[in-house]
Amino acid sequence: MQSDRKTRFLTREEAIYFGLLAAVIFLILPMALDSFRLNLFGKYLSYAFVAIGLVLCWGAGGILSLGQGVFFGLGGYAMAMFLKLEASTPEATAIQSTPGIPDFMDWNQVTALPWWWEPFNSLAFTLVAVVAVPVAFAFIIGVAMFRRRVGGVYFAIITQAIAAILTILIIGQQGFTGGVNGITDLRTLKGWDIRSDEAKEILYFVNAGLLFACLFAAQYVRRSKLGRLLIAMRDQEDRVRFSGYDVASFKVFVFCLGAAFAGIGGAMFTLQVGFMSPTLVGIVPSIEMVIFAAVGGRLSILGAVYGTLLVNWAKTTLSESFPELWLLGLGALFIAVVMFFPNGLAGLWSEQVRPRLRKLFAGRGAGATPPAAPVPANSASAPDRPAAKAAAE
Amino acid sequence: MTDFSKPTMPGMSRRAVLAGGAALTASLFAPRGLRAQDFPTAAVNTTGLAVTDSTVTIGILHSVTGTMAISETGSVQAEKLAIEQINAMGGVLGRKIQFIQEDGASDWPTFAEKARKLLVNDKVASVMGCWTSASRKAVLPVFEQHNGMLYYPTFYEGLEQSPNVIYTGQEATQQIIAGLDWVNQTKGAKSFYLLGSDYIWPRTSNKIARKHIENFMEGCEVVGEEYYPLGHTQFNSVINKIKLRKPDVIYAIVVGGSNVAFYKQLKAAGIDPTKESPIVLTISVTEDEIRGIGGENVEGSYACMKYFQSLDNPNNIAFVDAFKKMWGADMVIGDVTQAAYLGPWLWKAAVEKAGSFDIDKVREASPGIELPTAPEGYVKIHENHHLWSKTRVGRARADGQYDVVFETADLVEPDPFPEGYQ
Repeated sequence: MQSDRKTRFLTREEAIYFGLLAAVIFLILPMALDSFRLNLFGKYLSYAFVAIGLVLCWGAGGILSLGQGVFFGLGGYAMAMFLKLEASTPEATAIQSTPGIPDFMDWNQVTALPWWWEPFNSLAFTLVAVVAVPVAFAFIIGVAMFRRRVGGVYFAIITQAIAAILTILIIGQQGFTGGVNGITDLRTLKGWDIRSDEAKEILYFVNAGLLFACLFAAQYVRRSKLGRLLIAMRDQEDRVRFSGYDVASFKVFVFCLGAAFAGIGGAMFTLQVGFMSPTLVGIVPSIEMVIFAAVGGRLSILGAVYGTLLVNWAKTTLSESFPELWLLGLGALFIAVVMFFPNGLAGLWSEQVRPRLRKLFAGRGAGATPPAAPVPANSASAPDRPAAKAAAE
Repeated sequence: MTDFSKPTMPGMSRRAVLAGGAALTASLFAPRGLRAQDFPTAAVNTTGLAVTDSTVTIGILHSVTGTMAISETGSVQAEKLAIEQINAMGGVLGRKIQFIQEDGASDWPTFAEKARKLLVNDKVASVMGCWTSASRKAVLPVFEQHNGMLYYPTFYEGLEQSPNVIYTGQEATQQIIAGLDWVNQTKGAKSFYLLGSDYIWPRTSNKIARKHIENFMEGCEVVGEEYYPLGHTQFNSVINKIKLRKPDVIYAIVVGGSNVAFYKQLKAAGIDPTKESPIVLTISVTEDEIRGIGGENVEGSYACMKYFQSLDNPNNIAFVDAFKKMWGADMVIGDVTQAAYLGPWLWKAAVEKAGSFDIDKVREASPGIELPTAPEGYVKIHENHHLWSKTRVGRARADGQYDVVFETADLVEPDPFPEGYQ
């Protein structure tokens, strides 16, 4: 029974949590919010893809990447390139010296479309590239790092450096990438105006659907043998290696998976916001994404989604009410979370709220407390304990 | 139609400022101000903007946090000053201006988000905002989609002409050509070394400068052109090249924090701008930037702008006084701050000329709007939504101010898509 519970895809409790999140995203938010706010939450949810990937890499695998913005950006840029080419018809760009190429190329005296832009005329290629390019890049980084057993802080610093390098590259090659301005003024997807309110609503639901697909994929990984190996690697890497497992391959895999999620998130961001720029690639957004995961609880994939929503919502509301002080408020929020709830919202739930709820229900059960009930609760959180300790050290 | 713009005639704002208190000015100008009851809300606002019988709401959208805050704060202050002065005079069509301020946080997606919020949720009648080209590019589709009106204050690269933007700063040709001609004619400069930070504005500006030098200035040449990433602080290699090639003019479009390193290293390498060999000419250093660089490092270099705080005319003297009174005596006012100050005034004039707050009518009324009260002097909105402005050259003093050494005789026509410079 024990192993059955461990390998089952969703326990009953988890199924309830997934259902709750689905209700929030698919029903409550769309009903409660006007189209402007819903679009904002759509944007937040596109960051949640990255946070889920981080939970797998960092929370489960112990691989802290401070460069997830790179993969978010690659996915976003791939989508932006397709949309920009569609928006740059010779008729729409007749005012340029070379009509038919994106406007920023014309401003930078580029007179022909570079060869590596050509494939992005195809939507099919673009959709593949949104996932494949980040994954390929993550694979190269992963193989180069993990095969050499680079890990921990060194890995975090290197990923951060990669984020900085890519930003500089994008800004420097502005004739081909749009530079600091990014790729802007994206209008249609295969003739469908992505700027209208209806389009934004549809994109919200597409985004939400993809997010759940990623959530299920992440849940599948965590439940699988791979997921348990990841946690074992995080806590005792050498033991796993001496047991005959190829540690590097598992790390590369989970890092690539996180990159794939981030790429999808980036593409959905581009579609919903209407542009892509290097400010979403660099060090600051990459760290922000780690914060989303940390606030939500880096051990919980659902917590990461809630964390992303909460932090971004707080950011928007605070900055609307206190345009000059909001950063301080946000900083206070982060400090409070790290100091008092090191396992984030999910930790708050499983350590504070759930035991009390249980007691409450157990009390009502009039003495007929089934002794089995507390056991799963303990054992479920048990694998997480050493991690919390390790993080605290 | 023009009589609607009468209340903005010269002297009004100046006298309003001199009179001091709002109550006093309100009573002084009540007979000449427009009264709200003559302009029923239903008639002046047919598209559901945030206009009531006594107020009209506009947006202010700049970065007050993040790396750009230091540059954009001046613009916010100037816009608030203009709004206060307009309200003291009785407002726009008899309605007091209220503003909703949003923080773009130096982050382009945030700018887009906040722009959408101001237009869709708050239904503001216009927006004063943005600073960097990147932020403008990010909000542009939002303004075009929701038909808003943006007053954009920064001098910029041109190559744009949106029906939903009034550009109150100068486009590139207005800032560059007159300055190059001046340095050629009065200083006899023949060779130029172009350098800049690596993004669209310096690159486009240097492109125009190069075309002008090579095609329109007899016997002149460009001896070098180089770019450095934003935030770059190592200029020694380019300074060595400059010493080797001995240009007459260093044409520098370095922005932000890099300026500090650039001017200090220039001086350390023995190129003292005050000696004028070579001459340092820039279009990116205003009084605001000098505060960061240090006056002693910049002293003697020339800047080509449309406005300097030291301009000696009654409009400007009143403006500088009012600005310092509102924001503190140690404030400095740069070119962009002044351009931001024009935004609310130009909008007010357009609304009153149109007799309506409707965006489409304001847009139609905008070309030809004149503002004789502008601190920089007389300005006028061109058909292409940019301003006719004079170009001026100033020489930096050690105290961080500029001495104006040259100004064009006439207003320079804005030309965002210059023929022959593409």
